[in-house]
Amino acid sequence: MSPSEATADAAVAVRPSAGRHTLALFISELRLVFGRARTQVGLGVLAAVPLLIGIAIKITGSEGGTDGFIGQIAGNGLFLIVASLGLSLPFFLPTAVTVISGESLAGEASLGTLRSLLTAPAGRSRLLAAKMVALAVFCLAATMTIWISGLIVGFILFPVGDVLLLSGSTVSLGNGLLRAFGIAIVISLSLLGLAGIGLFISSLTSTPLAAMAATFGTFVVLGILTAIPQLHAIHPWLLIYRWQSFADLLRDPPYWHEIVRNLLLQAGYLAVFYTAAWARITSRDIT
Amino acid sequence: MSAPVVTRGLTKRFHGGQVAVDAVDLEVPAGSVYGFLGPNGSGKTTTIRMLLGLIAPTSGEVELLGEPMPKAHLRVLPRVGALVEGPAFYPFWSGQANLLRFDAADRTADPKTRKARAGEALERVGLSNAANKKVRAYSLGMRQRLAIAVALMQRRELLVLDEPTNGLDPQGTREVRHLIRELAGDGTTVFTSTHLLAEVEQVCTHAAVMSRGKLLRQSTVADLRSELRPRLIVRTPDLGAAAETLQGMGVTELKTSEETVEGDPGELPIEKFAAALVAADVRIHGFGLERPSLEDAFVALTGEGFDVAE
Ligand SMILES: Nc1ncnc2c1ncn2[C@@H]1O[C@H](COP(=O)(O)OP(=O)(O)OP(=O)(O)O)[C@@H](O)[C@H]1O
Ligand SMILES: [Mg+2]
Repeated sequence: MSPSEATADAAVAVRPSAGRHTLALFISELRLVFGRARTQVGLGVLAAVPLLIGIAIKITGSEGGTDGFIGQIAGNGLFLIVASLGLSLPFFLPTAVTVISGESLAGEASLGTLRSLLTAPAGRSRLLAAKMVALAVFCLAATMTIWISGLIVGFILFPVGDVLLLSGSTVSLGNGLLRAFGIAIVISLSLLGLAGIGLFISSLTSTPLAAMAATFGTFVVLGILTAIPQLHAIHPWLLIYRWQSFADLLRDPPYWHEIVRNLLLQAGYLAVFYTAAWARITSRDIT
Repeated sequence: MSAPVVTRGLTKRFHGGQVAVDAVDLEVPAGSVYGFLGPNGSGKTTTIRMLLGLIAPTSGEVELLGEPMPKAHLRVLPRVGALVEGPAFYPFWSGQANLLRFDAADRTADPKTRKARAGEALERVGLSNAANKKVRAYSLGMRQRLAIAVALMQRRELLVLDEPTNGLDPQGTREVRHLIRELAGDGTTVFTSTHLLAEVEQVCTHAAVMSRGKLLRQSTVADLRSELRPRLIVRTPDLGAAAETLQGMGVTELKTSEETVEGDPGELPIEKFAAALVAADVRIHGFGLERPSLEDAFVALTGEGFDVAE
């Protein structure tokens, strides 16, 4: 037996449970993200979106004649969920994801806690994985907050009933709720590409605010590129090009083609930027 | 057992081209309390960062507890307690919550005993009463204590402490030194960087002296001190006569100040000097050999003052 094996065995003998508590860091990470007042305020703002829309429509009455989901809310409170999710997608949700992802590694670096985590040792790859998992859970929590708030406000303020789909057919309320739930899931998955970008940018700096600003800047630039018709050749590759595809879940049967392509694109962005973040964090000097 | 900390040719050149650590060969014997001395900017923290795998050496090797770093860091670091460059915590969390988080990051740490271990560690550093207070409301000294508590969450084979008494009041400093001696008594090897020579005198068995990135010396504290020759000091109003007499007897490096004459007595026994001074009618108010302090050793080695030592 070599000396290094001997010492390794000794360590195992001292700690019989060595190597078995990989999950603890992930749980601790969730505590860190969701325990912060900043996160809770953010989720509170998202929860207020359905309330604001609901009250506005209640006050102005149903005679707005608006198209789309908003116009249907007065007739069926379920559409408050869908409209709130749809209206939060272009701005509120990306902002929330930007703040949390920009903070993730840069925040630890600026506090100096990154070095304590690494000497614990958390392991750089595992720490990054824990950060990403917490981000994904946050994306889900954000859309679920809107879903639940929309459900409660919609059911209190408006009549509910069978749901008229985009394709003209009608499904039961339960089926409609399930589709709204599916929309929340699809939207939270749509945010993962941006979360990956934020995580990567956060791995580059020790200033959380700079990471947030750069992530949001990237998001805005992608939005502008998507809005320039002359660039249609690259549009299919842009992060937010198919973000609106979630509405296809309100067809009968659901139209999956665009949704799947959106999710594949998100997966691609996530893979690229997660790998880049990994390359960065595993080689970075932590000072 | 091999030395808990070994470095060979350890070098770090930062992007600016500055060499912060220059071909350092350390060997920290098992069971020692190893004082890592050096003035500001001499490369102590940079060396410690490389020991712990936080930054990559430009060249050279590190072996911690017999295993190569940073390659084996997941295996080695659970057995190492570390405090690097000042206390860093989540200010919006309590001291206890901070301890729990860092412990959770170590996959070898048992979650079942986590709370109890945190309680013990807080107790050891005297923070039990502030356990549930937010770290934002901690004083610098309390944070420093909490940082030490992080290193004490588990039984460690090696402690690597970067200026552990920085920011502590005299009471806290005494407590930490006591703690270090106690841990060393249990067989933990302690590697501690410091500005404070008194700290090395009081707790360290070994010392290394860094200056401008280079390792000038490493040896036992006793050896370091014995290299300096004792000095003869005479307190007298008759400075001129005393100096003349001593010079006549071969005392070198004579220095005269307001009330004293001092110098290197060479090999002669000191009673000879006393007799000669009396014979020369020099009034003697005080007379003796002074053991050189580590500070003198330090200045002799680095050729620098040590103004931060206060
Ligand atoms: N990230 C960095 N980039 C560039 N230079 C650095 C970096 N960190 C440290 N240095 C330089 O390396 C040298 C050694 O710094 P180090 O922090 O190791 O000194 P130290 O001995 O710990 O000093 P102190 O007693 O003040 O803590 C200094 O000149 C410092 O300016
Ligand atoms: Mg330092």
